[in-house]
Amino acid sequence: MSKFYSGTIKKSGRITRLVENLFKKMPEIEADRAVLLTESFKQTEGEPVIMRKAKAFAHITENIPITIRDEELIVGSATKAPRGCQTFPEFSYKWLESEFDTIEKRDADPFYISEETKARLREANSYWEGKTTSELATSYMDERAAAAIEHNIFTPGNYFYNGVGHVTVKYGEVLEIGFRGIIDRTRAELEAHSVAEADYSERSAFLNAVIISCEAAITYAKRYSRYAAELAEREKDPVRRSELLKIAENCARVPEYGAQSFYEACQSFWFVQMLIQMESSGHSISPGRFDQYMYPYYKADMESGKITREFAQELMDCIWVKLNDLNKARDAASAEGFAGYSLFQNLIAGGQTPDGRDATNDLSFMCVEACMHVMLPQPSFSIRVWNGSPHEFMLKAAELTRTGIGLPAYYNDEVIIPSLLSRGLTMEDARDYNIIGCVEPQKSGKTDGWHDAAFFNMCRPLELVFSNGVDKGYQLGHRTGELSDFKTFDDFYNAYKAQMKDMIELLVNADNAIDEAHAERCPLPFLSSMVDDCVKCGKSVQNGGAVYNFTGPQGFGIANMADSLFAIKKLVYEDRKVTLEELKDALDNNYGKPLPQKMVEKTAVEVLKNMTDSGIEINDEIVAKVIAEAGKNHCSEADKARYGRILDMIDEIPKFGNDNDEVDAFARDVAYTYTRPLESYKNPRGGQFQAGLYPVSANVPLGAQTGATPDGRLAYMPVADGVSPSAGRDINGPTASANSVSKLDHYIASNGTLFNMKFHPSALAGKSGLEAFVTLVRGYFDQKGSHMQFNVVSRETLRDAQKNPDKYRSLVVRVAGYSALFTTLSKSLQDDIINRTEQASI
Amino acid sequence: MDYKDIKGRIFNIQKYSVHDGPGVRTIVFIKGCPLRCRWCCNPESQEFEVQKMQVGGKEKIVGRDVTVAEVMDNVLRDMPYFRRSGGGLTLSGGECLTQLDFSEGLLRYAKDFGITTAVESTAFAPFEKIERLLPYLDYYLMDIKHMNSEKHKEYTKQPNELILKNAAKLARSEHTELTVRVPVIPGFNDTEEEISDIASFAASLGVLRLHLLPYHRMGADKYAGLGREYLMGDVYPPSNEKMQKLKRAAERHNIKVQIGG
Repeated sequence: MSKFYSGTIKKSGRITRLVENLFKKMPEIEADRAVLLTESFKQTEGEPVIMRKAKAFAHITENIPITIRDEELIVGSATKAPRGCQTFPEFSYKWLESEFDTIEKRDADPFYISEETKARLREANSYWEGKTTSELATSYMDERAAAAIEHNIFTPGNYFYNGVGHVTVKYGEVLEIGFRGIIDRTRAELEAHSVAEADYSERSAFLNAVIISCEAAITYAKRYSRYAAELAEREKDPVRRSELLKIAENCARVPEYGAQSFYEACQSFWFVQMLIQMESSGHSISPGRFDQYMYPYYKADMESGKITREFAQELMDCIWVKLNDLNKARDAASAEGFAGYSLFQNLIAGGQTPDGRDATNDLSFMCVEACMHVMLPQPSFSIRVWNGSPHEFMLKAAELTRTGIGLPAYYNDEVIIPSLLSRGLTMEDARDYNIIGCVEPQKSGKTDGWHDAAFFNMCRPLELVFSNGVDKGYQLGHRTGELSDFKTFDDFYNAYKAQMKDMIELLVNADNAIDEAHAERCPLPFLSSMVDDCVKCGKSVQNGGAVYNFTGPQGFGIANMADSLFAIKKLVYEDRKVTLEELKDALDNNYGKPLPQKMVEKTAVEVLKNMTDSGIEINDEIVAKVIAEAGKNHCSEADKARYGRILDMIDEIPKFGNDNDEVDAFARDVAYTYTRPLESYKNPRGGQFQAGLYPVSANVPLGAQTGATPDGRLAYMPVADGVSPSAGRDINGPTASANSVSKLDHYIASNGTLFNMKFHPSALAGKSGLEAFVTLVRGYFDQKGSHMQFNVVSRETLRDAQKNPDKYRSLVVRVAGYSALFTTLSKSLQDDIINRTEQASI
Repeated sequence: MDYKDIKGRIFNIQKYSVHDGPGVRTIVFIKGCPLRCRWCCNPESQEFEVQKMQVGGKEKIVGRDVTVAEVMDNVLRDMPYFRRSGGGLTLSGGECLTQLDFSEGLLRYAKDFGITTAVESTAFAPFEKIERLLPYLDYYLMDIKHMNSEKHKEYTKQPNELILKNAAKLARSEHTELTVRVPVIPGFNDTEEEISDIASFAASLGVLRLHLLPYHRMGADKYAGLGREYLMGDVYPPSNEKMQKLKRAAERHNIKVQIGG
């Protein structure tokens, strides 16, 4: 008999309807928060910024419209409209104003915005001119760093435009003692200090701000309590009436006091989760180890017979739905990088207890079940795996993978725990890690990780080597030498390392400038009330109050750079089949291939704009000419043939992702060109920089800013995704691909690595498919890979793969008793599998 | 000569396979087969000679000569997955008994590294030959296609007496576990009676497991690629209902039956 309840639990009709209602309309931008924030700020000029932030938060929670959606059991909505979003002009607002008329129609993550809202926002925003974090960050930033951003070497846009977020707070403490308990503790801390202490004024301002913020959270909940009671009075349906009365009762008690039931714990959790996102716009507010801190309440209620498993599941499902009710509008460029309205609220199940035992419990299974019930992108659901993880839990997770929603992501304790230890965490804290956002590990309630601090494109410094530091006519990087100076491969590689090191320094400067701006203009007292040791040391998270402080910008394009540098080593220096000059010529001409139409149009628009700016009148004829010119490939047929031969040579040499020890060892070394220099830098909060190797979805838009690369990748095409091999370059199946990726050093990339594999649902069919899948995860983790996620693809994707096989050369499908690469199969078999998908996909 | 240097001819290595033995397995496809089953889904496996085959408009050379050590270097790269799942090496084909020294070498090497071994074979060879593999073999997945020798010969070009005799001997072997596999081919052996006969025979030998493998047309394109005619014409895979019916018929003989490998 198993220790766990691993079976399915019935989904209630309520959940289906809640999900339907959530997606009826396009998400909408609302103005209330921005207006209230601004009102408050106008009244508090001259006060300490931390106090102004607290008062503004209180003003918002006291006055922002509240709503209880039909049939909700867990309440608290940031906006009137489902999936709406508020705005945060204190960080930045100009991008939004400039997108007022396009945001509804853009490709990535469109939002509806009414004319009235636009007017209200314009009015509120006008106050913020010169007062935002992004403006301060700009003035702090070194000129060269700003230029490197302008030239798309890296982009710290995330925190430049928005709050930082990326944190897991002490949910458990709020559940246990409530905000009243935190207020009492803060007050005691205040009383323990003498007014004569040198830093008393700063400390007392901060601690009072914490108290005001916690009171504000209580006030907000009480408003819901009263509102639910009012609704109950008017409600005719007796069942709903009693539900509303229960909601009123819950919100009167939590989050002010400790939760006395699982239901109250759920409601209390939710207020914390949503209010953090009311205080600041940072995304990746990650619930973390939900199955751990909620379990005592579940266990007590189950043992006392207070709830049924089905009701507990329904409450969890309600939370899962609510996590999708929150939303965030990003600027158009960032929206492409984070496509899918994602808030990256990472919730993780399983793993180890702080003292090193298996932590899996019934709630871990119910978290998986909740994902299957709601089938929505939030929470970003993760599973912790260690050598002692129960096999049945792995199988349950694999069932979720098989549904094709791309969840869960799998994380390896056996790598992440030692990796965190090497960054100075205690053993207990390291064992208690959870994941933030995409793949970034941190110890909850003690860390300001600044994960996701920038995207760094490792391909761009290679372009600088080829151009002696010049980008688009501007001397952006150092002069590392003319191509003729590179007599040996090491000369060339050292030039790459030098460009990398220089650009990394600029990246650090940019991040630190933004960091300073947040500390100065947007310290967050509410968040700080739930992160150690802020209260104790009297400093906000943004001012370095957390126990652990990091900055984690992520590099990507490892596979492209490994393959590129390996190609140069082989073809130029060992086999001497092509010279660097010839290769540069081929790259400059995109190997003789036409440029994508989108890029042609973009170039044409730029040229036309320059013409208008310089006063040239434009007519249809000129437009047509410019477009034709931009799209023209000026290579002769002879050139094209020559470039084609170079491309063939590149194709023939081994690539990362095929379990080839020589290339894989090389890839490991190339990754160090990013991870090693970075870890030597410090941030203003007294913490260390640490590298991540993952791209979110930025490998596509940032690839569109990158010319052709020596691995045979054509200009403006996506770069490789995370630590995964380049698309279509791993052609020896999933195990070979996993073996290659495991040969990178995942420990040093302590801000997380991301390995994405594509599967067809058929590859996970039946018990044997699930078992094989679990084996693949286990086998990769045994070899010290850190993270794995699976894209289980649809029939549409398979159709696309038939048409564009080069894009999908590593797509795995189950054929009969075995899995194979889809594009290697015959047309008729491919058709067969596409037709089978209807049955295989669940 | 060291057995690791023995050369053999293979035409494919398939990783991450789950249906030909326990766990996650790597299948090495040996080239050459004494049978000529009409439905064969790997027609490029039949001839020992290296061949050219058209695949997706490109010419592909089928068959390459490799040593035991070379094959096993590749196979053992998936050791982490074998270890986690009890998986290992499966020899398929073709028929591994046609390259006995090579097959023996591969299995021996695999056992030296502690992974499980299996062969997918017709057992169409003198038993003395088969016996050489047994010390290194955990699972024998043996095809029995028909109990009637004439019909067997008509569809596979070989009679079945030797096969059935070897099945009886293999069932008594203490080294290896015998599983009987039946490709269910419409028009050849897809009646309840024919399947029942095979199940009855297998059960009488004490075989514990019977696999019914439904005919599929996945090899059809390969015949064209080899310039051969696909003789199965318009035969289509048996329906799920039909397979269930055959499964029930086989189960009456007190043997564990599964559809698919």
